[in-house]
Parts: sequence; structure tokens; C-alpha cells
Amino acid sequence: MSKETNRRDFIGYSFAAVAAVGGAASLVGMKQAWDPLPSVLAGGFTEIELSNLKAGTPETFTWRGKPIFVLKKSADMEKADRDLVVGEDRFTVAIGLCTHLGCIPAWKKDMWKCACHGGEFNASATQTFGPPPRPLDLPPFSVKGTAITLGEEGPEYKAIAAAMMA
Amino acid sequence: MAKFEKANSVGEWLDQRLNLTTFNKVMMTEYWIPKDINFLWAMGVLLATTFGILIISGIFLMMYYKPDIGLAFDSVNYTIMQEVAFGWLFRHMHGVAASVVFLIIYIHMFTGIYYGSYKQGREMIWISGMLLFMTFSAAGFSGYMLPWGQMSYWAAMVITNLFGGVPVIGDALVVWIRGDFNVADATLTRFFMLHVFLLPITIMGIIGVHFYTLRIPHVNNQSSEEFDFDEEAEKYLAGNKKESKVIPFWPVFISKDLAVLGVFLIFYFYLVFFHYNFAMDPVNFDPADNMVTPAHIYPEWYFLWSYEVLRGFFFDIAGFKAFDIGLIAFAFANGIFLVLPWLDRDPKILPAHKRPVFFIWFWILMADLIVLTVYGKLPPTGTNAWVGFFAAVAFILLFLVLPIVTKIDAKKRGSL
Repeated sequence: MSKETNRRDFIGYSFAAVAAVGGAASLVGMKQAWDPLPSVLAGGFTEIELSNLKAGTPETFTWRGKPIFVLKKSADMEKADRDLVVGEDRFTVAIGLCTHLGCIPAWKKDMWKCACHGGEFNASATQTFGPPPRPLDLPPFSVKGTAITLGEEGPEYKAIAAAMMA
Repeated sequence: MAKFEKANSVGEWLDQRLNLTTFNKVMMTEYWIPKDINFLWAMGVLLATTFGILIISGIFLMMYYKPDIGLAFDSVNYTIMQEVAFGWLFRHMHGVAASVVFLIIYIHMFTGIYYGSYKQGREMIWISGMLLFMTFSAAGFSGYMLPWGQMSYWAAMVITNLFGGVPVIGDALVVWIRGDFNVADATLTRFFMLHVFLLPITIMGIIGVHFYTLRIPHVNNQSSEEFDFDEEAEKYLAGNKKESKVIPFWPVFISKDLAVLGVFLIFYFYLVFFHYNFAMDPVNFDPADNMVTPAHIYPEWYFLWSYEVLRGFFFDIAGFKAFDIGLIAFAFANGIFLVLPWLDRDPKILPAHKRPVFFIWFWILMADLIVLTVYGKLPPTGTNAWVGFFAAVAFILLFLVLPIVTKIDAKKRGSL
């Protein structure tokens, strides 16, 4: 290599270095511009009173724009690891979005059925038919008396989450 | 600086500076198209025109549309539909053109497949065309979100959730794409930007590339005959127009194209004025509600075939989750056309009717795509789910056997 080529190479490499640093930095910035805004991240805790629920019929609440199913299990419904036990009662708490592609399954008699792609979940929110890859997701919550607060990670939540992982 | 002499006319003045005469020759009057073609060769001009209609109607819609979850629905269904003079017309033109453009894209694509216009030097035409299909799909999807009706919302929910299938980062990726934990205002505004700016400008760029890719390999013809374009062009220029196998793009080829375009535009405006409903799903006239999924959701007709491949796999197979199989099959369906030039192992370019086994393959593919499209719209229960499953499996198998199919033809003919 001649001396001149070396000098031109050096200029080329220095520009490549400047461009790489600038390019990488702007990619990070552009990525972050698409992240959820602080106001979205800070968005809400939802409190649900469990004692008002009727056994055997789930109710739907809203948390962070998502539907939350809370089902007080009736006596004939089978027990499961993910049941939240409060006093004598067993509850299924789940994010009401099909784990396949996010449609809201509807309660039909004794299970949730998803209209979009035919997925089904039983009263314990476990998938029993169709494409859903896993049970309905568990939202983080904490228990105070007979009420739960969605958005906080309490010990009961951690225990159930661990049981579901196992 | 180049030396300029005094010009005697505006045309000459421009010609000195821009060399328009040569430009015009290269692009139009001496851009050669084979003579042996039929009306299917007019689809490119139809597509360019339909894209133009989309841009113009879109500009008028954008002047009144408001990308905000509180305002979007009314800005479309009240302001544009009822207050703006001819607002209804621009909306129906835009919606119908978005649907019809896919019809023409499919005809254009399958014409290419039938006549073997994707291989042996024409690979880049095919690939740039498939990139256009993908960017048009993205534009169709992002545009569908804008009226913020129930179908807009739930289509956005389902499609963004597809990215959850990406290993490891899936869940975080979905939140990143949406800018929120669910489909929300941030999602609407960013898809608005994609729909009205980034995607159209990308499409325009790729259209330029697509035209350029035709330059060197040239347009294919009905009998896939190979000839020397320069030689044939010379014959034409020397006055042997009858003997020459080519015609200039302008004004000869375009005259026939414009005739086909006339028929197409009559059909298109017939749809716009009398049958626009097929592109205006009634469910989308309910405002978006994140707490209620419509009883039955489905994409627009042009996405049904790949949607049915996605949901065709509704049960776990050999330890693989139905969700993952569906997603892989969906990715396969959307990516496999890109590599078509390399799946075809026949070294000769021939129309399908001169490739007996490929001919059967082609029509089975057409039938399968129609079955997938029809069942993609039906509820996924009982027999429907099984028809969907077998049609989806058939689709994948068709592409897996294509190298063998094309080799059999080549061997029989003695080309291999």
C-alpha cells in the first residue's frame, strides 16, 4: 500500500468510526422513542373486592386497558395450583386475553371460549383446546383482607406464579 | 462547464440542459416490449394507476382524518362521510382501491408464476415484486387500523400479538411495537405515520427498483421465447415492424394497456359507486372497544389465505405447540414465495402449459389458495377446522415438492 492510500484509508476509517457511533446512538434514541411513555408505565393499580362475587360466574375488570377475569369457583369446579384461596373461597384470577393472539374469550357455561381461533380455557384458566400455548396469564396482585390490588406483587401472587412455573 | 449554444425553442432549451430527448427514448419510445403478449401483461400499468388513486384519495382523507383514539372514529364516520363534500367518495375510492389493488397484485403474481417470469435472470424482478407485495400488505394493515372501529382494533391486537411468537424477546417486542400494554393511542399514531408516510415512500422507491429490474432481462412473453432485443429493436427502427418481435413501450404497448385500463377503471368505479360495501365491514362501524372482542373476527379477503395457514394448525403435534406450528407455517407462507426462483429446478423458461407436471402443480396451488381463502372467513370449528388444517398442510407440501415437480418436467423434456 502506498502512503497516499494509507492517508485516505485513515480518513475513511475515522469517518466510519464517527458514523458508527452516531448511527448506534440514534438507533438507541429511535428505539426508545417507541417505548411506552412514562405516563403509560405509571398507569394504574386496580382494586377488586372479592366478597361481592357470585360463585360460578366470572366477572371482568379493567387493569392497564386489559380485561381481568375473576372467577369465584363453585363447589363442583375442580381445584388447581393457581387458585387464589381467600378464607373458604377459591378464585381464578387471569388476564382475559387469549394467550394465542390476544382476543377476549367469552364465558360459555363452564369455560372461556375464544371466538377468533377457537381456543378454550377451563375454570382454572388452563387451555383445553385449540392453539393457545399456555394458560391465561396471571396478573400481578396483592391481597388485603377480601380485596386484591392489581399491579402490586404480593406474596400470594409470587406463590401462585411459582406454582404455575413448576 | 459544458458549452451551451443559444436555444431556438423552450423544448431545445430544456433538451440542452436535461437531455429530455434521450431520456424519453430510453424510458419510453425505445424501451422494448415483446409483441407476443396478452392482456395479463397490462397488470403493471393497472397497479401503478391504482397506487396513484390510493395516493390522491389518501391525500384528501388525510386533510380531515384525526389520528387520536378519541377523535379518529368520528373524523372518519361523521366528518369525512357526512360533512366533507365528496368525502364519502374519497373514502370509498380509497377502501375499494386498497382491496382491488390486491386482486391485481395476485393476478400479476400468478401470471408471473404461470409463464415462468421469475427465473433465469428475472429473479430480481420477482424479488422486488414480492417486496412490493409485503409493503402493500403492511400499508393495508396499518390503514385498516385508522378508522378505529372494532375490526381495526382487534386486527391490530391479533397482528401485533403475532410478534409475541419471536423467541426470548417476544413479549417485550409486542409492548414496544404498540407503545403500550395493549393497542392504544400510541399505537394508532405510530401506525398513522407508517401508513401516510414511511410505507408509501418505501413503496414508491421499490416501484422504481421494480421498473429498473426489467431493464436488463426484459419482459417475458407468452411462449417464453428467447430472442435478442437489440436485434429485434433494430428491425423495428428500420421499418420492419411486422417482422420485429418487439414494440416500443410508448406509444404502442401503452395504447393496448390503456384499453385494458379503461375496462378496469369501469369495473373499479362500478364497485366504488354500487358495491363499496364489500370493502366496508359492518363490524368496523362500531367504535373500538378494548373490553369486547367481536363474536367473529377475520381479516380482509386478501389476507385470508395466510390467516387460514396460521390458524389451520389448531392442535399440538409431536410436542410442538399449536401456536408455534401455526406461527412457523404463517412465516413459511409469507416467505416462501420470495425463494420461488430457486425452488424451480427446471433450467428452461416455459409457460405452465408446456410443463405438464408443473401445470397440475400450478392449478392445485390456485385451488388450495381458494379453499384457504374461503375457509379463512368461516368460524374455525368442527369440519371447518379440519378443512383448514389439510389445506394449510397442502400449501406447505406444494412448495416442498416443487423442486421435484420441476425436475420431472425438465427430465421428460430432456433438459436435465
